[in-house]
Amino acid sequence: MDKKLERILPRGQKPARYTGGEYGEIRKDLSGVELRMALCFPDVYEIGMSNTGMRILYRVINDMPGVWCERVFAPWFDMAEEMRKNALPLYALESGDPLSEFDAVGFSLGYEMAYTTVLEMLSLAGIPMHSRDRETLTPLVFAGGSVCCNPEPMAEYFDLMVVGEGEDVDREVLELLRSAKREGWTKKEFLSRAAKIGGIYVPSLYKPEYAPDGTLAGMTALDGAPETVTKRIMTDFENSCFPVDAMVPNTEIVHDRVGLELFRGCIRGCRFCQAGHIYRPVRNRSVEKLLQQGKEALSFSGYQEITLLSLSSSDYRGLNELCDGLMEYCEPRGIGLSLPSLRADNFSMDIMQRVQKVRKSGLTFAPEAGTQRLRDVINKNVTEEDLLRSCATAFRGGWNSVKLYFMLGLPTETDEDVLGIAELADRVVHCWRENAVNKARGLRVTVSTSCFVPKPHTPFQWEPQVSREEYLRRVTLLRENMKAKAVTYNWHDPETSFTEAVLSRGDRRIGALLEEIWRRGGYLESWSEGFALSRWTDSADKLGLDLTFYANRTRPLTELLPWDHINMGVKKRHFIREYEQAHRGCLSPDCRAACSACGANAFLPGGKCDG
Amino acid sequence: MDKLRLVYEQTGRARWISHLDAMRTLQRGLNRADVPIKYSEGFNPHALISILMPLSVGTESLYQMADIRVREEVDLAGLPERLTLAMPEGFRFRDVYENGAKPTEMKWLRVRGVWEYDERNPEEMTELCRELFSRPVQVMRKTKRGEGLFTVTEHIRDLRFVPGEKAVTVEALLSCNEPMVNPDLLTAAVAQNAPEASPDGGHFCRLATFKADDTAFR
Ligand code: SF4
Repeated sequence: MDKKLERILPRGQKPARYTGGEYGEIRKDLSGVELRMALCFPDVYEIGMSNTGMRILYRVINDMPGVWCERVFAPWFDMAEEMRKNALPLYALESGDPLSEFDAVGFSLGYEMAYTTVLEMLSLAGIPMHSRDRETLTPLVFAGGSVCCNPEPMAEYFDLMVVGEGEDVDREVLELLRSAKREGWTKKEFLSRAAKIGGIYVPSLYKPEYAPDGTLAGMTALDGAPETVTKRIMTDFENSCFPVDAMVPNTEIVHDRVGLELFRGCIRGCRFCQAGHIYRPVRNRSVEKLLQQGKEALSFSGYQEITLLSLSSSDYRGLNELCDGLMEYCEPRGIGLSLPSLRADNFSMDIMQRVQKVRKSGLTFAPEAGTQRLRDVINKNVTEEDLLRSCATAFRGGWNSVKLYFMLGLPTETDEDVLGIAELADRVVHCWRENAVNKARGLRVTVSTSCFVPKPHTPFQWEPQVSREEYLRRVTLLRENMKAKAVTYNWHDPETSFTEAVLSRGDRRIGALLEEIWRRGGYLESWSEGFALSRWTDSADKLGLDLTFYANRTRPLTELLPWDHINMGVKKRHFIREYEQAHRGCLSPDCRAACSACGANAFLPGGKCDG
Repeated sequence: MDKLRLVYEQTGRARWISHLDAMRTLQRGLNRADVPIKYSEGFNPHALISILMPLSVGTESLYQMADIRVREEVDLAGLPERLTLAMPEGFRFRDVYENGAKPTEMKWLRVRGVWEYDERNPEEMTELCRELFSRPVQVMRKTKRGEGLFTVTEHIRDLRFVPGEKAVTVEALLSCNEPMVNPDLLTAAVAQNAPEASPDGGHFCRLATFKADDTAFR
């Protein structure tokens, strides 16, 4: 270990996150390594190590002969400061070698608020931030992850971006880079070849033009790059990589357990939900496979807890069978099974009761909106009866705390919808009075609201976000009407939601804004310690950018959107139809009830979803 | 068979693992090696593992001890090797046995430390340290009850300083029970009483533990 690092470590919090050396860490002999990849996560160790995508890619890339993939996380503020003071460049955990020595530096990007962290990590590594300032072939700096569905805000910084699932594409990029290194290609040559790989977006090969009113007027593909970049997915999800031998950290992380990935995609079409649209079509893993993977991962890791991962676990067809099989293994070993993202229906509550006989975790539901009318607008197919019936079952089974999640500022929302949230909470309290088996323990209902953020590649991509003042007015209205003692109301501050709205639908001009915010100290902005709205507004003023143009403007359906040249599988036609359905207050069926021909089936051989 | 004592090393990168994290890491290692650990009763059952003398972050140990409770007979043959394979880098199991001595019988801890001097002469530093510790030395230390002056030399035996390359090796027997003297107090004592000899870096390693009568504690 580097002497400088050894001396810095005792000064910061939680040194174990900066040392590597975990059980299951992959180390390779450099004499057999041709290509070195740094897999970077722009957040702290505890968050990055909890990320399923990171675990998968670490395994997939390290399975390539001659390639060594190591991990890099963002240092917490105290450590970043010490590193700068002591001229210790950002390093990879496995070897301790500085990032600048790597051939490929790949970022996993799951949320927009991590953008400035990418800039700081590159700066800590001494790597030029802008793609245009990195003239040599290596280090190649690229990114993948869900936010790449609108690659524009970070376009100036990355040499290329991976659209869709990375398991295959990353390997193809690294193979091409290996050839490029061997044969001495220039970076330009490499990028123009990379642009021909499906799912690769090379930002420097696309030139945006803007109309006088500030909207996008055109996006020209240069040098033979494809007009649209279409995402890639793992079509054979059953047999795609799940690392049963994933690393086990030496220090506590956020999701410190085995996570079994049941399926990708979602059959529901909630109109605000980006994940539900960009991961289409649904691809399942069989019960047999999941049982095998779950048991192997538990036995390898020594974890005492396993959880099921998916966008909506209740929609997994074999859920009953899977839970029974897992319980058979877990119960005698004292291993806990947790079931997040369940729907509020009878079927799910039944399973929940069987699984959580001993340790009862809290109940969490996300009705998202307070009235049936608004739930229909957003296509959240949950009724009040469903929710209350589920609560009744739970209260009879001994549960005594419920968390309810809502959004404020959804399209067409009125004060009546806002007040509907308070009424729903009251009905849950009433339901507890009628059904609780042990009233002495009391009830806790927690209502949380966040400000709706319109996202690209959803039917609400044209919608405005309500202003911060309007969101806070609705919060006050709700707070004043939340009367029951058992109900606690938490609201998410609207400031980060506002900046998220700017970034998620931003265009290439946002790149300069990010740099300015970073210069003013923006780093780890998804943490309150790293975020200040004033940094954003001051930076925007300096650059003459109007943030409300991105966040709060209603975009006409005819406007060219900055992400229109990225094809995530669902056709724009479908989004328009869903947008219109929403404004008529009409529900659309889920994929199992009836296919709405969104276009995503084209990604599967035979064109059949949900197999 | 109910209680087992594990003796292990925790060195290298593993010295940065905190006490709580070491407990978790041990528990997972035991699970991987199929050792049937006993759990506490109650609402939130936890594994019955206790580390005899928690290691402070940054310190190495060649002689860490942990007691565990087991649900059933465990075959002890080959268990240390199996446990070593089931643990992250830096942990090596030396022994597993029943009937370990009572923790209260532990009295002395042998430590060795390296104090690094990037620019200063190690011979001179050794002299300064020897000189300092030739008389009673007090050090300000924080305890649960607050800050206070503590005469560290009353609880140290066999203190030796040996000059090396860009470093001084420190060896000592420290009281590790009533009172517990953390080896970092030696470094603090130098920083507070002879700042000119305060090292640029370095750390300690625990070597062995003894009872009050100087026989091995195991
Ligand atoms: S093609 Fe049909 S079934 Fe497949 S994801 Fe789209 S709407 Fe659902």
